[in-house]
Amino acid sequence: MSALTTHPTAEPTGVRALAKRLSLHLDTLPTAAAVVIFIGMIVYGEAAYGRIVQFNTLSNLLINNAHLVILTVGLTFVILTGGIDLSVGAVIAFSSVAGVMLMNAGWNPWLAMLLMVLIGTAFGAASGVLVQYFHVQPFIATLAMMFLGRGLASILSTVPERLADDSPLRSLGTQIEIYDGPKVDDIVITPGVIIAAIVVAAAFFVLHRTRTGRTVYAIGGSEQSAALMGLPVAATKMWVYIISGTLSGLAAVVYTARLGSAQNITGIGWELDAIAATVIGGTLLTGGAGFVLGSVVGALVLGLMNVLITRDGGIPPEATTIITGGILLVFVLLQRAVLARRRE
Amino acid sequence: MPESLPIVEMAGISISFPGVKALDAVGLRLFPGEVHTLMGENGAGKSTLIKALTGVYKIDEGEIRIAGEPRRLSGTADAQSAGISTVYQEVNLCANLTIGENVMLGHEVRGAAGINWRATHRAAGATLEKLGLGHLNPKQPLATLPLAVQQLVAISRSMVAKCKVLILDEPTSSLDANEVEQLFTVMRGLRDQGVAILFVSHFLDQVYAISDRLTVLRNGRFEGEYRTHELDRAQLISKMIGKDIAALKSLGAKASRRARPDAEPLYSAKGISRKGAIDEVDIDLHRGEVVGLAGLLGSGRTELARLIYGADRPDTGEVTMNGEKAEISTPAKALARRIAFSSENRRDEGIVRDLSVRENLVLAVQARRGWARPLPRREQDAIVEKYMSALGVRPADPERPVRLLSGGNQQKVLLGRWLATEPDILILDEPTRGIDVGAKAEIQEYVSVLADEGLSVLFISSEIEEVVRQSDRIIVLKDHRKIAELEGGQGVSAESIVTVIAEDGLGDPSADAAVREEVTT
Repeated sequence: MSALTTHPTAEPTGVRALAKRLSLHLDTLPTAAAVVIFIGMIVYGEAAYGRIVQFNTLSNLLINNAHLVILTVGLTFVILTGGIDLSVGAVIAFSSVAGVMLMNAGWNPWLAMLLMVLIGTAFGAASGVLVQYFHVQPFIATLAMMFLGRGLASILSTVPERLADDSPLRSLGTQIEIYDGPKVDDIVITPGVIIAAIVVAAAFFVLHRTRTGRTVYAIGGSEQSAALMGLPVAATKMWVYIISGTLSGLAAVVYTARLGSAQNITGIGWELDAIAATVIGGTLLTGGAGFVLGSVVGALVLGLMNVLITRDGGIPPEATTIITGGILLVFVLLQRAVLARRRE
Repeated sequence: MPESLPIVEMAGISISFPGVKALDAVGLRLFPGEVHTLMGENGAGKSTLIKALTGVYKIDEGEIRIAGEPRRLSGTADAQSAGISTVYQEVNLCANLTIGENVMLGHEVRGAAGINWRATHRAAGATLEKLGLGHLNPKQPLATLPLAVQQLVAISRSMVAKCKVLILDEPTSSLDANEVEQLFTVMRGLRDQGVAILFVSHFLDQVYAISDRLTVLRNGRFEGEYRTHELDRAQLISKMIGKDIAALKSLGAKASRRARPDAEPLYSAKGISRKGAIDEVDIDLHRGEVVGLAGLLGSGRTELARLIYGADRPDTGEVTMNGEKAEISTPAKALARRIAFSSENRRDEGIVRDLSVRENLVLAVQARRGWARPLPRREQDAIVEKYMSALGVRPADPERPVRLLSGGNQQKVLLGRWLATEPDILILDEPTRGIDVGAKAEIQEYVSVLADEGLSVLFISSEIEEVVRQSDRIIVLKDHRKIAELEGGQGVSAESIVTVIAEDGLGDPSADAAVREEVTT
């Protein structure tokens, strides 16, 4: 009764075997494609502009995109259930402006940081209640939260709020040199990058190694079936919005620590960046399929694209969004093809 | 089989919905190691009773005892912890996950580092093997399996939940004979392990092949509980439709029938079929003739009608109209060939509740003209006046929203809507269901008038005596097959049709051999 006996009798060989393996793991295809594109971009960048495959470029890529990675992880949870969270960018604005103002007003900085995270939690909980108990469409519920967050941030302040130079929050943005390379080619990380890495690892564990995580996938597959299987659908849906909100609050801390200031217009459109990164990373917008590691790759693809465009110099910055849109379109089409195969 | 104590005992269960008493003092007993079938026509209260047991509906009166203890369940999760699992007609699994995960979802084997996938898949494999599904690879995506096997995976899932009571709500409606046999093998295995199985099906052969005990419901009332071998098919059908055999004999015999009209059929289909809906059927429709479709619920009546109308695309077969080949693959093509279809689902596929009587009446005519050419008010009024008086729609106010009319009058408006398109063939699916006696008689009479005027009518009703009374020719369907075609008139009665249905498959070697084998053993 070992697992082996349940395998098909004869393993096919060669190309057939590969095709069979692929058909068993068809939903990993978009994520694999994201990895291929990421590597392709690095190779192209190195060949065309040079100085891409070196420690400081890659370190900066991680440092500058740590907040986006955290956001993307949160959105991956929501999108896996088939929902969406549009409020994350506005939550960052409100959370960071509120946090910096409280610190400047003399609050204990660590307490203020905790509050920044909890602001995100509160927004997520509100979205979850609207979606689960008032049956509001996730799009509309989180759109309302987005306007609320942006409005609250603007009420607090409409000018950049600068963090005091000696604020402990800045310590989260300190660059720590791990390896001293030749010239400036060092391996550098910040506590923000470490936080992002921990978030990714924790999310991976929750999604793949806990029942709550599997319920997230089941809800994305069919919410009705999940309920009829006796899974805790209501609680899990609340959780994904709370996770997304909390991680937005955490992303606000990481971003503010790096930048040293906060403003009410921070984070406009970041929800769309995060959604794009999630989709590029292979998560289906309809839910039920995707990987948090894929989303990380998706976020890095977007970050690397910005680096390449800056290096090129010839591409106008305005074209960035067009290129992002183009990549997104390619991935969505790829996913449709995969879905069509799966239905067969 | 020794008479043990029932694991589930429901007594005097009553449930009311606004305006309807869905269940009236109904009882049900499930015994370990027995397959118990719940029988009844549509609306008899089968699903309501199941939902009362699993706690989806709150019961107004009555008592549920599980293993002797009075209990009130509060929903699926609660029912599962009480050992009651349900497998529904539609497969309720997650197609995006693997087979093994679907089996184990919510019961994954966990270790220090979270879910232990190796052990989880092994446990899933062991469970599948117990049900004779050892050949499945638990790591394979569920979506790669045919629907029937998915249904079996759903059953394995309830094994993981350690269920003592398994409810199978019409699990066979979309399965073919071999798949049904596979399901039955699994069911027998579980029964022999002492699981109490509650089975719901409309297929008589299947019911007699698998069940040990029957409970019959009719109109929300308890008709009786029987050992399967104590009740023959004709008796069972008469219990379900509520007429005793003698009454069936006298009822519904049609006094006269129309002289057979022109020999050339207006519509003729040869061997049309659709997988999972209906096996190959030949059907001819003539001008000035009412053809009735008789059969129990789930026999394929509506499926055949939808095929003729093009609402579903036939897989095989050939259709000729007026002698020339016709392809009717969409409702628009059917309408263009003057075939109209009035759905049995009056509320969802029929009337538009918030539009007025006038707007509902002209809807089909307007649809055929296209939105760019609105029907002039004068023509609208002409249509409205003609059909409101011909059909006797009451109250005679064309501007009243249709939702304020009674069911019978809504049905008349629907009939008028299709007649306004001046069809040659009119398909009426359950035109008299759930309407009062007066309106019913009026509609029946009007159908006869239409046929006398040269219309070809296909008449579907679950009341067999009504079909007998209306029809010049009757096509009898059973288990998605045409089993007989009878000329109406003297000699055909509701009882003779019931006999045809009951006896089919008993003496005929070609029908579902695998299933029947079980009847004889």
